[in-house]
Amino acid sequence: MSSSSETGAELPPVDAVTQPWWDATRDHRLLLQTCASCGAVQHYPRALCIACGGTDLGWTDSLGAAVVDSFTVVHRELPGFDAPYVVARVRLAEGPILLTNLVDADVESWACDVAVSVRWRDLDDGRALPVFAPAGISTSGGAI
Amino acid sequence: MSIGSGRRAVIVGVAECDLGVTGLSILELQTQAVTRALADAGLPLRDVDGLACTSVARFSATQLADYLGIQPVWQDSTFAGGSAFEMFVARAAQAIEAGQAETIVISFASNQRSAKSRSMGNIFEAHTPEAQFEGPYGPLYPLSHYAMAAQRYLHESGAARADLAEVAVAAREWALLNPKAFRYEAGPLSIDDVLSSKLISSPVSAADCCLVTDGGGAIVMTTADRAAALPKPPVRVLGYGECTTHTAMATPEDLLATGAEISGARAFAMAGMSPADIDVVQIYDSFTITVLLSLEGLGFCERGAAWQFIKDGAIRPGGSFPLNTSGGGLSYCHPGQFGVLLLVEAVRQLRGECGDRQVDGARTALAHGTGGILSTSATVILGVEA
Repeated sequence: MSSSSETGAELPPVDAVTQPWWDATRDHRLLLQTCASCGAVQHYPRALCIACGGTDLGWTDSLGAAVVDSFTVVHRELPGFDAPYVVARVRLAEGPILLTNLVDADVESWACDVAVSVRWRDLDDGRALPVFAPAGISTSGGAI
Repeated sequence: MSIGSGRRAVIVGVAECDLGVTGLSILELQTQAVTRALADAGLPLRDVDGLACTSVARFSATQLADYLGIQPVWQDSTFAGGSAFEMFVARAAQAIEAGQAETIVISFASNQRSAKSRSMGNIFEAHTPEAQFEGPYGPLYPLSHYAMAAQRYLHESGAARADLAEVAVAAREWALLNPKAFRYEAGPLSIDDVLSSKLISSPVSAADCCLVTDGGGAIVMTTADRAAALPKPPVRVLGYGECTTHTAMATPEDLLATGAEISGARAFAMAGMSPADIDVVQIYDSFTITVLLSLEGLGFCERGAAWQFIKDGAIRPGGSFPLNTSGGGLSYCHPGQFGVLLLVEAVRQLRGECGDRQVDGARTALAHGTGGILSTSATVILGVEA
């Protein structure tokens, strides 16, 4: 699970609303959709702000700092994934929750509420997936 | 149109189709469920003017109506996973009480075990946000969501995996009393059996997961006036409520707060009852954690306390809190959307038809369905005259 080309997972689809978010991943930037009316930040990107219903939406950069809300070690082999791997919900410092993978640590070492920071898993088409590793550990794959 | 008490909707028939490994088609199983429930009600197929079902086809109720050769004046195929059938009871009651239908059949059947049609991976539709933002991380659907809820539950409540396992152990004890249960002859399950079964998505092991079987059931509803002439005692619909909360795994702000809090509160308010008034409880046990979260959400105990509430055999046969008396999705039958069978068992308990597993003197029952990844919750409270 260290790179998409190894996993063979299908490339995620894109649509007009999410195109800027995916484009930013090419530069290893994690965007959060931000409402011009009320300032709320949200993830995943939508055609409206779920806080106020506004449709004037922009983007801000996330710092990429988060805590693990919860996680699960997947032992079942899915096509394109090498078990065991860790699926998690992480809560960004800015508020939104992302589904992601936890990487760069023993799969049995994780716990709820630990601090993590973003890393990037490059996809075959130049985009990248934000994944998370223990905070404060620098790795060669890191973009921070 | 008069909407007096005579139009009050009641349940007059219930049945299962063949369960387990059947080798039958979905429509044959659906037909079994419908015709057996009508026979139980003492009503002919030609009297059915309303139909609710899911998972037959893209146009589910339409397809089943065609197959049955009827032209209903009311239908519903609301797709809300295992909670749809509790929603159907609410909508059917409203339709009957509004004079829009006289006799409604609610049904479900699946041949998922025979057809080997169950898949946990790559199930996200390409146009949904989950395909972009969740599928690439390889969650098992729905299992990994429940696993993350369970992990958070253990973290916050102080419970251990053995406390989740108690739900599966109790379900097996009930199944040993139900000749129709898939695990009827499997013998008891121990806490250690659950803990040593294969981890699939931690902390959820194979024994924390519901079965994958064929099966289904049906429910017949009509007016109280009509029911007076029918053979079985009518079961009243005392209250119902539902809540839709999310479908993406990252959406819930709090993994442990389920829609049961709202669906249950609404059902209890409508019935003018509280959790202490319920004699027998049927909760969708897709996974062991689902039961704990639902017990808490419905108000049978405080948040974080369900694992203590079920300790000491409370939910096993003979315990103080009769729960999932059929053996549940964990040990009786799980055809993919178990909500219909929660209702079948609740009705049978209220009629006193449950043999060795009968809860003495059951006069009120609660059925609580959950769909998707704790996405939808629907609660029905049923009762019979004392």
